[in-house]
Amino acid sequence: MEKLSSKPAGVIIEGVSKSYTVNKSKLVAVNNISFEVPAGTLFGLIGPDGAGKTTLFRMLTTLLLPDAGNIWVDGLNAVADYKALRKKIGYMPGKFSLYTDLTIQENIHFFASLFETSFEENYDLIKEIYEQIAPFKDRRAGQLSGGMKQKLALCCALIHRPSILFLDEPTTGVDAVSRKEFWEILQKLKTEGITILVSTPYMDEASLCDRVALIQDGKIMQIDTPQHIVDHFDKPLYAVKSPKMLPLLKMLEKDAAVLDIYPFGEVHHMVLKSKDSKVNLPEDATMQVIKPNIEDLFIYLMRNHE
Amino acid sequence: MNKTAILVENLSKQFGHFKAVDQISFEVAQGEIFGFLGANGAGKTTAMKMLCGLSMPTSGKATVAGFDVYTENESIKKSIGYMSQKFSLYEDLTVKENIKFYAGIYGISPKQIIQKTESLLRQLSLEKEANVLVGQLPLGWKQKLAFSVAIFHDPQIVFLDEPTGGVDPITRREFWNLIYEAAEKGITVFVTTHYMDEAEYCNRVSIMVDGKIEALDTPSNLKSNFNAASMDEVFIQLARKAKRSE
Repeated sequence: MEKLSSKPAGVIIEGVSKSYTVNKSKLVAVNNISFEVPAGTLFGLIGPDGAGKTTLFRMLTTLLLPDAGNIWVDGLNAVADYKALRKKIGYMPGKFSLYTDLTIQENIHFFASLFETSFEENYDLIKEIYEQIAPFKDRRAGQLSGGMKQKLALCCALIHRPSILFLDEPTTGVDAVSRKEFWEILQKLKTEGITILVSTPYMDEASLCDRVALIQDGKIMQIDTPQHIVDHFDKPLYAVKSPKMLPLLKMLEKDAAVLDIYPFGEVHHMVLKSKDSKVNLPEDATMQVIKPNIEDLFIYLMRNHE
Repeated sequence: MNKTAILVENLSKQFGHFKAVDQISFEVAQGEIFGFLGANGAGKTTAMKMLCGLSMPTSGKATVAGFDVYTENESIKKSIGYMSQKFSLYEDLTVKENIKFYAGIYGISPKQIIQKTESLLRQLSLEKEANVLVGQLPLGWKQKLAFSVAIFHDPQIVFLDEPTGGVDPITRREFWNLIYEAAEKGITVFVTTHYMDEAEYCNRVSIMVDGKIEALDTPSNLKSNFNAASMDEVFIQLARKAKRSE
């Protein structure tokens, strides 16, 4: 047998697939995915609901067997060495999965004891997060607000000082301010040497990761640093604006020079077929060259995959 | 001057000593797209429940579609549509069955249901999926269908609670197209979202902080008043002031 522990730390995914049978039809959730997450990095898996993020996370955390392919996490094989691996990883599922009838403190102590450690032993790692919920430590988890539940779940996922942390959509349904705070926490955990794999449907969070994979329909569309990812966008992109935004959109949708146009906040983003394409703008409209962001690239890739 | 769809004056809701909604006042015109923003726990859901006739206010006044929230909440329920990310359609009913069920609840005649169902399925390009269980549809399709079902009975106002959470960027924009079309037909749209680019698509936006409405204006006025480049910045300036943690 191959010596499995010879694999480097971090996460290695090789040709992994998983499908489900739903009402006699086959649904491919993860389709031949391969990528690596170097140890110590903050890696983002960016994609909408139904892209396959949760299925992939469940395979990485040894909760689901892949149909094909190999997974190594922190040097261990996720199938053969699943018991040893479970001690080294922390997992925060998208759905709140702690004990609602235990208090904050009881939940953390419970998870610490499962991993044969104690709250005190690793307190320094969770200190900053725990202090924010400490005033409510005797409140039952079921009675906590969304933001506090999220912080408690993070404490429980960290209490055994995992080398790799898996966070499945930790910021879904969370407001813009709390999302920012959560990402600040992740940056600090990274400095503790913890490898973090986080999934999110919010495209704007991609820029906060060291590397990102864009996932859609079970396939990885692109993997790179956030900066390099947007460099793949090689078409001329403009922001267009006029006092009448909806008619402007309808009009430019029909323009032969326009490859794609879509609303983007207060402006529309317009992709032209080539640099020399001449677009007919109404007199009251203005256009300006802009740099693409991850969402522009995601839309571009989705359109080309269709 | 446009007709008023929602009129709210000093509306409050108190749970024990906790003021979930603290004297909010605003007016929404018929056909307007009104963005109702706020941090988690600011009081949005409580306010929305009062406006939908599901929760009795502690004090203040509110009329929705001309009906009083205290005395005419049953009439309010008939005049509005509602959709949220968490609850919208029955996953174990087919597309057609969901439409029939919701239309039936709102008292649409069987004959009309059949006619309108066909045109709706055509409009959403869901003809082939008519007999598919909703649970098997991709999220984006589900959300578009849920919205169409929520306005199937031509309500005066539709309440949308985070309708686009987790939806891919293309479907999110298609969803907003449906919102624009509904507004053009004169349906008032009252919508919450955590996507700040979507705040820009609203005619006017209110931002709640700790139970109070701290700002209310068009997106462009809000940005100039707060000297901010984007709605994201406006939101963060206001929400950072929040003292209560949900």
